[in-house]
Amino acid sequence: MTEIFGIPTVALFGQLLIGLINGSFYALLSLGLAVIFGLLNIINFTHGAQYMLGAFCAYLLLNKLGLGYWWALLIAPIVVGITGVIIERTMLKPLYKLDHLYGLLLTFGLALIIQGIFRNEYGSSGMPYPVPAELAGGKNLGFMFLPVYRGWVIVASLIVCLGTWYVIERTKLGSYLRAATENPQLVQAFGINVPRMITLTYGFGVALAAFAGVMAGPIYQVSPQMGADLIIVVFAVVVIGGMGSIMGSIVTGFGLGVIEGLTKVFYPEASNTVIFIIMAIVLLIKPAGLFGTQK
Amino acid sequence: MAVLRKMTAAVALALVAGGAQAQISGNVIKIGVMNDMSGLYADIGGPGSVIAARMAVEDFGAAKKGMKVEVLAADHQNKPDVGSTLARQWYDVDGVDVIVDVPTSSVALAVSQVTRDKGKAMLNTGAASSDLTGKACSPNTIHWLYDTWMLANGTGNAVVKTGGDSWFFLTSDYAFGHALERDTAEVVKKAGGKVLGAVRHPLNTQDFSSFLLQAQASKAKVIGLANAGGDTINSIKQAAEFGIVQGGQSLAGLLVFLTDVHGLGLKTAQGLVLTESWYWDLNDSSRAWAKRFAAQHGGKYPSMDHAGVYSAVLHYLKAVEAGKTDDGTKVVAKMKSMPTDDPLFGKGTIREDGRKLHPVYLFEVKKPSESKGPYDYYKVRATIPAEQAFRPLKDGGCPLVK
Repeated sequence: MTEIFGIPTVALFGQLLIGLINGSFYALLSLGLAVIFGLLNIINFTHGAQYMLGAFCAYLLLNKLGLGYWWALLIAPIVVGITGVIIERTMLKPLYKLDHLYGLLLTFGLALIIQGIFRNEYGSSGMPYPVPAELAGGKNLGFMFLPVYRGWVIVASLIVCLGTWYVIERTKLGSYLRAATENPQLVQAFGINVPRMITLTYGFGVALAAFAGVMAGPIYQVSPQMGADLIIVVFAVVVIGGMGSIMGSIVTGFGLGVIEGLTKVFYPEASNTVIFIIMAIVLLIKPAGLFGTQK
Repeated sequence: MAVLRKMTAAVALALVAGGAQAQISGNVIKIGVMNDMSGLYADIGGPGSVIAARMAVEDFGAAKKGMKVEVLAADHQNKPDVGSTLARQWYDVDGVDVIVDVPTSSVALAVSQVTRDKGKAMLNTGAASSDLTGKACSPNTIHWLYDTWMLANGTGNAVVKTGGDSWFFLTSDYAFGHALERDTAEVVKKAGGKVLGAVRHPLNTQDFSSFLLQAQASKAKVIGLANAGGDTINSIKQAAEFGIVQGGQSLAGLLVFLTDVHGLGLKTAQGLVLTESWYWDLNDSSRAWAKRFAAQHGGKYPSMDHAGVYSAVLHYLKAVEAGKTDDGTKVVAKMKSMPTDDPLFGKGTIREDGRKLHPVYLFEVKKPSESKGPYDYYKVRATIPAEQAFRPLKDGGCPLVK
């Protein structure tokens, strides 16, 4: 059997695939953050809590209304997206003129409040959420046993990520959005309702987080802390990719998932720090991030 | 004459009472509940431990006996530095006399040291490392509820006896995980089994698939989970997803709490064998206490840690009353010299190394069809008597034991 650093290559394939799966979550979440930061200049620290809200929404839909996974995948992003719109309208709007720091503090505080409320209600161990029957079981790929659901996570997140990138970078709507971040007054002069566009963009970014939350439900526990644990890593992903860069966040999301996965094989003790080490190195060499442009 | 005798008696009583009062620092006994209030261990102890401590104060009848007792709470966030800073602040500034609970072995070891330096008392119910009564034992610390040796001895032995003779460990990478892996590996080897390997994962990991694949590749018959709380929940859940159990390997959850089983759901957790010191459905008095607890805790049933906090605080207050002092070193000595007796653990004793002795239970998690509803999760497979449940005094290497 061929080996790389004492690890059989087949085992390594398995680990690469697992890295990609985890990378899918990083990509989905960092994408939402990048969209919000790129277009609103808000560092959305509530993102982790909104991811958690998505998962809880799915849990409640199943246990209170009997609506399964597929409905949750549709309804949860809409519901959580609407709460995002309300937050943007009532709280974030007055902060656009101020320093980034104010938005960061507000969204961070909001996240703590939301997580606290859910922890009080549901405890910290979380709730189980079953894998949908259509995606249960797994396939033996020869080098590893791949649960079907995990395969679905990669596919779905790739579709959503690339779709978002396409809309923002290649369509007319996307060009309005990008123009509005460069010069809102000018775009408004062309008769486009910029404030509404910004509100909807925030709603969309939040909906992406909720979508990732629903996807995560069957794999992890649906727990109040699930987002808080992830958000720090995701911020590192965004910083490495370049703040606000859409493609940057997708590519780095998947890439760092793989690197983290490999660390879990070669030096598992460092698997929760490796991303931050990379972040420090990238910031030293390329302060704007791998795909970012210096303004 | 009678009047004079009464008066003398009254004066004498006042003097005794005054004397007793003078021994209680600040005239109030302050109990600090320190644990993880918001993270992955928060359901095991958390705010529930504060409720349990308050219940103990109430049941002891502190108010009727004229003793002033206050219960404080703080979150150590599973960080040793936060824990020891909090402990210093509590002892030096806030006049706390005793710290209880303190899960997370690394934090517990740090707080135990601070407690010893300050001459206060720690009643540890939350942490597992058997080092607390081994090389790191202290005249100011009592390890009340369970430890890694007891878990290894209970679950490890049971698993090896049913044919699980080759092991691979998923170990939480800090003092607790290391101690649990060490103690279990010893049990496995002693019983003729072998350990094929281990992987150390960071505390509070979300995704275990990578570690589980390594465990799968080891071909060990048993994957020992030397972790706790949210980490154990995610390991078990994801092991099911990756078909580990269908593939013929079995999981041994070395430290599983009732709250973890609740979080997992019986469908995933059924059949798990685990060791605990207490379960709410053991007898009438434990059931009655659990109902009272749940009523104050939003319907959530107590973990063994909550029961441990209750029983430890109760015994502490009895010792303060009997010794008429809240001096940490003296109270702990008094606690050791008095036999323990409470509605949850029954009669027991505390050894000179600080180990509290009581029977422990080997439980099996029920099938969904066997359970009558939420929290009806365990059936007793075996009861291990107190003298066999814990590490023999001479094997611990505690310097206090001559």
